[in-house]
Amino acid sequence: MSFKSHCFKKSLWVFHFGGASCNNCDIEILDCLTPRHDLERFGILLVGSIRHADVLLVNGSINNHDRERLIEIYKQAPKPVLVVAIGACGCTGGIFADSYVFAGPVDKIIPVDAYIPGCPPKPEAIIAGIVKLVQKS
Amino acid sequence: MAINIFYFLVFPGLLFAAVAGGFLSWFDRKITARVQFRKGPPLLQPFYDFFKLLLVKETILPKQGSPIVFLAAPVFAVFGATMAGVFILLPLFNITTGFRGDLIVIFYLLTIPSFSYIIGSLASGNPLAAVGGSREMKLILSYELTFLLFTAGIIMKAGQQFDLYGIIKAQQEISPYIGSISGILLFIVGIFCVQAKLALVPFDIPEAEAEITEGIFIEYSGAAYALIKLAKYIMLFVLPSLIVAVLMGGFRLDGINILWSILKVLGVVLLLTLIRNTNPRIKIKQAVSFFLIWMNLLAIAALVLIAFGY
Repeated sequence: MSFKSHCFKKSLWVFHFGGASCNNCDIEILDCLTPRHDLERFGILLVGSIRHADVLLVNGSINNHDRERLIEIYKQAPKPVLVVAIGACGCTGGIFADSYVFAGPVDKIIPVDAYIPGCPPKPEAIIAGIVKLVQKS
Repeated sequence: MAINIFYFLVFPGLLFAAVAGGFLSWFDRKITARVQFRKGPPLLQPFYDFFKLLLVKETILPKQGSPIVFLAAPVFAVFGATMAGVFILLPLFNITTGFRGDLIVIFYLLTIPSFSYIIGSLASGNPLAAVGGSREMKLILSYELTFLLFTAGIIMKAGQQFDLYGIIKAQQEISPYIGSISGILLFIVGIFCVQAKLALVPFDIPEAEAEITEGIFIEYSGAAYALIKLAKYIMLFVLPSLIVAVLMGGFRLDGINILWSILKVLGVVLLLTLIRNTNPRIKIKQAVSFFLIWMNLLAIAALVLIAFGY
């Protein structure tokens, strides 16, 4: 393991992109940063600007409006950036998969590195997903 | 000549101040985490952040702005912070520079990082960065007069002496200035000025995360942002050291006194962190009136007390 990738894994800054979400996944993501789970132990911070981000969290079903914005956000991110699809809607489309405004699950639009299914996934599941992502990259 | 380059680059300049500031940044984050009943990041976290940004991430240049100014601004910020650090830390470590007006120079050098942030943010062509830049300008306008009065108070207390080395020596011979009423008032004023200079929470108006998403730093990524982080680490070490130097008797480097010197800096940083964790962000209007009216009144009261010998 080289020094560069070690530093990268130890300091993942997260940018949160919410599509047309029902806000359950958003609440569970925020739960990860609260005292009980405290992801700052592993150097994970929530940042406000995509320019500072290392991980792009995408949740919610992506409709035709969100599609362009998601592509724009992905292009603005400094590479290397990891993309994580959270929740049933982000991974597959969930109950919105047959909707007429649905623009496809996240991996149809941008390359995805990890999927965390669940409706909504528990904070423990999100942490397990992040751990697998760190081990993979 | 060689010794000057050593002072600037290694000790007490760039390398030493950056490492010490990195640990202080970890301390700040750890205390924040403990205040919120969390566990907090590991010891080397600031260094992981810095090297990740410097070595791994891509630097994106603005399309509409001016790329050269955008990239030069963080370099100037690091330069200004390091220069101020050298001037403050040399007398603290008992090395005399033989320069009799260094307190005035320190006053000017300490504004360079803030000015560089403004220039860099305005060169990025981002509207939110422009909002952040204008807020930072107003913040500088409000705290700079107070900081000048603070410096004037120190100079008056030391008997019209502009020399930081002389000020530290005078305190070590008699007693630290914080032991008097005017010293306590100056300490309060100084702490709030440092809080605003570091843009910590009651005064983090220019980089408000919730409203303008990091404001002045919104467009920075990769190595340029790493340099800004470096400047911030250095400032987090240099400004508390200035408070320790001018009010709390400086460092002594013999035996157990080394521990006291470290504890003094940690104590000042702890105070800054606790202020940052127990206050909400204020509006720019409130910050201006806080400094221009209340802090100036306090500083002038301290000056009057000094003139009468308290």
